[in-house]
Formats: sequence, structure tokens, C-alpha cells
Amino acid sequence: MTETAASTTDSGGDAERARPSLDRRRFVGYVLGGSTLITAASMLSPTAAAALDLEVPSLPQIPELIDLEDLQTLAAAPTAGLIAVRIDEQGEAHFALPRAEVGQGIVTSTTMILAEELDLPMDKIHVTLAPARPELLFNQLTGGSNTTVSTFEAVRVAGALARMRLLSAAAQVLDVTVDELRTLVGTVVDAAGNILTFGELSSLASSEVVERVEVVLSPPETFRVIGTGRRRTDAREAVTGTKQFAMDLDVPNALPTMVCRPPTHMGKPVRLRNKAEILRMRGVTHVAIIETGVAVRCKTFGQCIDAIRKMDVEWDLGDLKDESDDSILERLRRAEIPMVVPEVPVGARQIDLEFEFMFRSSAALEPYAAIADVRENSAEIWAGLKAPILAQTNIARELGMLPNRVTVNVVTSGGSFGHKLFGDHAIEAARASQAMGVPVRLMWHRADEPRQGRLHPMCTSRVRATMLRDEVLTFEQRHTSVVTDFSHGFGEAITSALDELPTELGRRLGGLVFSELIFTLTQELPYNLGLVTQLLSETDQRFSTGSMRNIYSPDVCVAAELTLDEIARQIGQDPLELRLRLIRDARVRRTVEAVAKRGDWGKRMPAGTAQGIALHKEYKGNTAVLVEIDCRPATVKRKIRDAVTGPRVTKAVIGVDAGLVVNPMGLEAQMQGGFMDGMALTLTSSCHLRDGAFLEASWDNYYYTRQWNVPPEMEVVIMDPGVDIPGGAGEAAVGSSAAAVACAYARATGRVPTRFPINHGEITFKPKTFIPPVPPSPTNGLKFTY
Amino acid sequence: MPKHTFVLNGERVTVKVANDERVLWVLRDLLGVTGPKYGCGINVCKACTSHINGKAFNPCSVRIGDIAPDDEITTIEGLPDTVGRDLHPMQEAWIDRDVPQCGYCQPGQIMAAVALVRKVQREGGTITEADLDSIRNICRCGTYTRIREAIVQGARKM
Ligand code: FES
Ligand code: FES
Repeated sequence: MTETAASTTDSGGDAERARPSLDRRRFVGYVLGGSTLITAASMLSPTAAAALDLEVPSLPQIPELIDLEDLQTLAAAPTAGLIAVRIDEQGEAHFALPRAEVGQGIVTSTTMILAEELDLPMDKIHVTLAPARPELLFNQLTGGSNTTVSTFEAVRVAGALARMRLLSAAAQVLDVTVDELRTLVGTVVDAAGNILTFGELSSLASSEVVERVEVVLSPPETFRVIGTGRRRTDAREAVTGTKQFAMDLDVPNALPTMVCRPPTHMGKPVRLRNKAEILRMRGVTHVAIIETGVAVRCKTFGQCIDAIRKMDVEWDLGDLKDESDDSILERLRRAEIPMVVPEVPVGARQIDLEFEFMFRSSAALEPYAAIADVRENSAEIWAGLKAPILAQTNIARELGMLPNRVTVNVVTSGGSFGHKLFGDHAIEAARASQAMGVPVRLMWHRADEPRQGRLHPMCTSRVRATMLRDEVLTFEQRHTSVVTDFSHGFGEAITSALDELPTELGRRLGGLVFSELIFTLTQELPYNLGLVTQLLSETDQRFSTGSMRNIYSPDVCVAAELTLDEIARQIGQDPLELRLRLIRDARVRRTVEAVAKRGDWGKRMPAGTAQGIALHKEYKGNTAVLVEIDCRPATVKRKIRDAVTGPRVTKAVIGVDAGLVVNPMGLEAQMQGGFMDGMALTLTSSCHLRDGAFLEASWDNYYYTRQWNVPPEMEVVIMDPGVDIPGGAGEAAVGSSAAAVACAYARATGRVPTRFPINHGEITFKPKTFIPPVPPSPTNGLKFTY
Repeated sequence: MPKHTFVLNGERVTVKVANDERVLWVLRDLLGVTGPKYGCGINVCKACTSHINGKAFNPCSVRIGDIAPDDEITTIEGLPDTVGRDLHPMQEAWIDRDVPQCGYCQPGQIMAAVALVRKVQREGGTITEADLDSIRNICRCGTYTRIREAIVQGARKM
């Protein structure tokens, strides 16, 4: 909604709480030429620019000055792609979001923002996903929980401007002034009771030429939709099975296609020895060797599985064939950057802890899947993609075509968690379609995902803290990781934004390689710990890795928070009290206090059970998590078929300050989901590398959280942030959840775990075969009906 | 190629397909019924959960040759019709609790939930924490808490 009077309020009486003045709510919007009303705004956010105009206080960690959100927002700026809202003749609004919906709820939150500004019911607003738009460049990249942050103002401006224009058009028709009119659910009404619908007004409000218009956004106090809990706009489709994912699309002649993959991670096919036999199999139409394996196209996926199981392939096992968990850990140790031995006074105590984090699979439930129809001189692709422009470029290069010959359609995907930042599946489908000369519907078998799909890299985190009596003098963390692949466009987007930074910061950040940069930008300990250094070093580029949900933070956070608990233990202070004493950020303090109160911190717990508390600051907000865990033998040893049980988290309280919240119902869902991830990272889920191959091949050995692990009691507390800029929410709970569970486990068992997940040492399943690489389809399903 | 006849979401259908094709691919690839999702193909993830004669089963792990002509298969698409409504009470509870995130697992979750509640009700009980713990369906988005709430809520209307 628009308004003309300046207003500044202070609703909390807190020193930090300050509403922006009118100037900070003044924006530029555009009316674009068209037969009906089209308004637009630039993603170059004046607020983001203002936020960069900072004074540098003494000795801050870099994320306090500028963090990944700022850089992404800034990275989105130079292209200044306009995003536009169109009002059609029925009075309904249309908006193509240049981001990917992967389950995080951004379509719903964007619809809410438009409903707020347009004064239109949510079911009259159609938010779709934009296909690859090269002119938007890095604007079109969903990652780092950045969507709401970088699109919020632009969407508001375009919406508010549309409403303004509809009001002026109505004023002309009714021959009154705009002040005498108001909007009411998709109509404009005057005092006399005249009603005009947005549909009637849309063409009148339109323009033949582009007009630049100043728009003043209304202050958050006036919000009626933003900040209220709304259900997902696609919930009905999801529960009726009509929501379409890539494999559900009806593309003519795009037949099921799967790939027979190598027995080792990153191995390569050399030749198919029994091609004639495979081609004779029932349903098989085409076979082709592509870079990643042997692709087969059939009438059904069942036939693809059967064909793969019969293939006799000569493989190049690749560089990893002699590597296992231990040899990679050994490499990591060699790559660790030494600690700086601090000069500390006599009598100071030193704590040294070292943690290991195993490979994890970032696969979603929907496996990698894409449809490709590659013709002589053009191609069309359908896939869930978070960086469609980059996929378009890569596919074009792969096919030897100009990018403008490749159409990339973004489909809603079944989860991402960082997995779909890459276009691996789309590129592979394009290669297969080109090699076969027919359209393909390519899907990965589940077994392919943990074995060949993107992984969260194995890493170690060493921490050294020194203390004099109760005071922490130094805190050094050395994080050493298998290389995280950022080649999906995130890297280019961010590093090019560095040039735009104010010079002092640019100097401090400019010298870092990209992964160090990401690390530096995301890691921030919100505690007074004296001299703090957190450094990353990386080694070994041979794995297929990616930035799994929350990237480095979960592991870094687990190591740091366990060290805090250890400091507390050594000085005999309660873990919560130690944290409250050292926290140096008022917003973080409020969140921690809130969860401690809701979760009844310090209550008496039976032996073998304990509480744990941890916090994390990132994404322009913070989270704090308090859990209760049960590590008593009867619980740990409970038996469930093909499952790990282990310790049970019996209760979780998650506090979140995510800045201005558009949809609290969606935020709660993201916190709950993030918790399930964090808990799995600490307790159950990992991939074991042995002789170059990952042993896990499905959900019965990659132990992501299941119902029997879920805390029966769970509560999410959403904090009032006292700021009017949204933060990111998609990933924020993972690190603090992983750390709270680790801290609780250490307190319940009296042992600080040093390897994560804690069950990694014991392999409780029989690995599925590597040749053939996919398991047989069972036939006994009718035995398990209920 | 043999012909197979069965009842799918209330209608008799016939497909020509080999005996050992798994039902999931008959539904998805040959009949275009895409509600049941693929998540593992080996009866682990439960994304494909549908009903056979009113009971939950996983079509990725059943051969079409093992389906008899009067077997009634219900997928998520046919669930509302089993109660003669637009939406089954379990789907309504799912919407009310705003359960889905990416939504990929949800058809299977709902079909599993309905079968579980019916089973518990057949046995004369009401849904307990232990019943909820026994559900094997994966949700990689971690919507488990809301699934638990929705099942309890939906069961009251069943
Ligand atoms: S696909 Fe049927 S159980 Fe996973
Ligand atoms: S909602 Fe995404 S897997 Fe369940």
C-alpha cells in the first residue's frame, strides 16, 4: 500500500529498534508499455545499498559488516533486471518470479507480498516461475536463503505502483480525487458507493510508453497480510497429487531414460560390451554412452532398470579407486592450517578439540530428473533448477549451440537443499537426447544419488580456546574441508559483486578465493571470545560436492558450540549462563532467553538424558535451539527393521529471529524441516567411502531422519525482530539444531563426540551391489500391505 | 504381450504389458497416473504408497502379473471418491495443517496415513505416538511434525 505522510515509530523502546524514515521508504517504479497495466521495479535495492554504507567498528568479524546476503543482493544489482506485475482484464495479477520454488514456500510468500500491496485476494494472484532469462543474469539464482531478502522491496514497489495507477484511473473515471477512493479486494470504491473492478481499470491504467514513477511504501505497522500465517498456495495440488514435477510432465515421445553408472564415485564408462543384447531387450529403444555412464531409453522405467542390470560395461574406475574414509581424513589432516600459539599470561588454560564430519548426501526425495528434447539446431529442457541461466549456458556449450537456441523451463522441484543449484540432471538429459536423437525423460535411480550425486564434503574442525580463570582470551577455529564445488554460478555472482563493495571491505575480501570468501562471509561467532580467528582451508577436488543446505555452518557451529560447553564445564559454569555472559548481540540474546524460558532450561533430568542448547547467527537473523535427548540403553537399542534408532531427541524448542517475517506459518515449517536436517547430521546420516565407492544406495542405508527419530514435542518461537527487513529462512535452523543435539548428547553421555554423525563408525547394513549399480525391483510388495 | 485388467480409481482398465512390469510403471509410464511418486523403487521410501483393496501397498514392488482382475487399486487421485467427496478428510487435515513443503512425498504420506488410521480403527484403537513412530514414509523436507499433527486431526473425521 502507498501512503504520503512520513511516519517513524518505535514500538519496542529498545535502543536497537528503529523504523526507517520516509526517505528509506521512497522508491522508483516503472509503468511499462502494454494494453493492460504492467508495473515493474528493479531488483537493485536502495536498502541493500544503504546497508553497505557502514562505519567500521573495532575488530569486527566480517559478517557483521557485510554478509553473504548483502553480497548476493548486491550481486543481483548490476543487471538491474526489472521484475514486472501485470493486471489482466479479469483484474487478476500475474507475476513471474525469477527464482526456483523447491519447497521453501517463496511462491506463497511472494503472493502474500503482492496481496498486501495490491489489496487483492491471494487466489487472484498468479505467481509463476520464470524460465531462464539471461538478461537477469545472477538475479535468477536461488541460494543462500536469499530470495525474500533480495526480491522483497522490488515486489512491493511493483505491487504498490499498480495499486496507485488503478486508483488514479478510477479517479479519472469517477471524476473525483484519489483521496476520495479506496481499494477493496480487487475493486476501487468511492464514498458514493460506486465500484470499479481492477479488470475494468487495467487498460485505462496502462501506458503506451515507459514511465518512471516515485513510489512511497507504507510502513510495516500497516501490514494486513504480511506477517500473518498463510497456507501454501500449492497445498491443494500437493495433497491431491496434481502438483507436477519434472517426471509428471506430458512431453510427447520423451520416454523413460536411466543411466548405468560406474562402480566408483566419478568413474567413467569406456564401452558397453553387450550393446546388441541390450537393444534386443523388451521395451528398449535406444542406448548411448554419455560422459557419466551408459544411458538407456525404454517404454517404462522398470524396463530401464532391467536393462541396466544386464549391462556389461567396461569402466574406468577413476582417481578415487584406492581412497576410503581414512585416507581422505589423512589428507585433510595434512592440509590443516596450524594454530597460532597465542601469547597468553602464565596460568592460562588451553582447550584443544578436534572434530571430524563425514560425507553427507544432499539428495532430495525427488531424484535428479529432467526432460530434454534436443533437435538439430535447438533444444528444450524441463527441470527443477536453481540457476537456470547457468544451466542454459552449460547445456548450450555441451550441445555446441548458441544459448539462445536452448529453452530452459523451470519446473517446481521436489526439494533442493543445495542439490539443484547445479544443472547436472539437465545437462545429462541434454547429452542423452542429443546422442540418441530423440526426446528423453531422464531420471536417476535412487541408488545413483548417494553414490554419484552431489555430496556435502568431508571436513575437520579444530578448535583451540585459551582461558584465564573465567575469561576466554582466544578462540581459534581451523576448518579443513574437501573442496566444495561452487561452479554453479553462485561463485561468479558473488565475486563479481566484490568490485562494487566500498573500498575498505573490498580490500579485506578481495584476496580470498571463493570458498574462503563464502566461509568468511557466513561464519560469525556472536560471542565475546577475545581474539577470534576462523579459517578455512580446502583440499582434494576429486569429489562431486556442493553447497548443501547451510553450507559450512552446521559443522562449524557444532564444533564451536561443543567447545563452548567444554569451556563451561571446565570453569564450572552453566552452559546457558556462559552463553548469556558472552553473547554480544541483543537480538541473539533475546532469542536465547526466549528458548531457555520456553524449554525450561536447567530442569532436573533423569540420568542418561539431558538438555542441550546452541545458537547460530547468520542470514541477517539468528536461531537458538534447546533440545532434550534420551540416551538410555532401552531407547538407544530399540529395534526397528532396516533403520537406525539410537538416541531419541524427545523435545525441541527452536527460537528464530528472521528479521521481518512475511509468512510465520512458512517460517515455522522451515524451522521444523531445518531441525530434521540438523538432527540427522549429528546423529544418523552419512556416506561411507570405501575403495572409491560410497556404500549407501538408498534410504534404508542413508539414514535421514524418519518418524521414529522425530521429537514427539516440538515448538517454534518466532521473535519480533524490531527491524523491517526480512532475513533468510530456508537454512537458518540447520546449524543450531545440529549443535544443540550434539551438546545434549555430550551432556547425557558424559562424552564429547568427535566424529559426526555419531553412528558413522558402525555399518549396520549390507551394501547393495556396485555392478550392477542398481538393485533389483522387489516383487514381494503384497506381503507388506496394511 | 499379455493383457491385464484391474480396477483403477473406480474404473476398469486394461493394459497390454509384460507380467513382470512393476505396477508403479504401469500407472505412471503407461496409464499416465502420476500421483504415486518414485523415490527409491525398492519399497523403502514409500513415496509411491497407494491402496489395494483398501490397504496400503507399494506399487514399485508388485508385479502387474500379481494383480487380479477384480483387485481395486486406489491412488491419491482416487482417494476423495472413496468417501464421495471433493477431498478426503485426511487431505483436508493436510491442507489445514499446511503440511506440504516441496510436496513430493505427500501423496504417499496421505495414502499411508489413511491406511494406518483405518488399521488402528479396525483394531478398535486410536492413533498413538507409537503408531506415528511406525510410519516409514520419508519426507526429505522434514515435515514430520506437521504430518503427525495432521494424522491425529484427520483421524477424528474418519
Ligand atoms: S518408490 Fe516405492 S517405496 Fe520408494
Ligand atoms: S514435502 Fe518434500 S519430501 Fe516431503
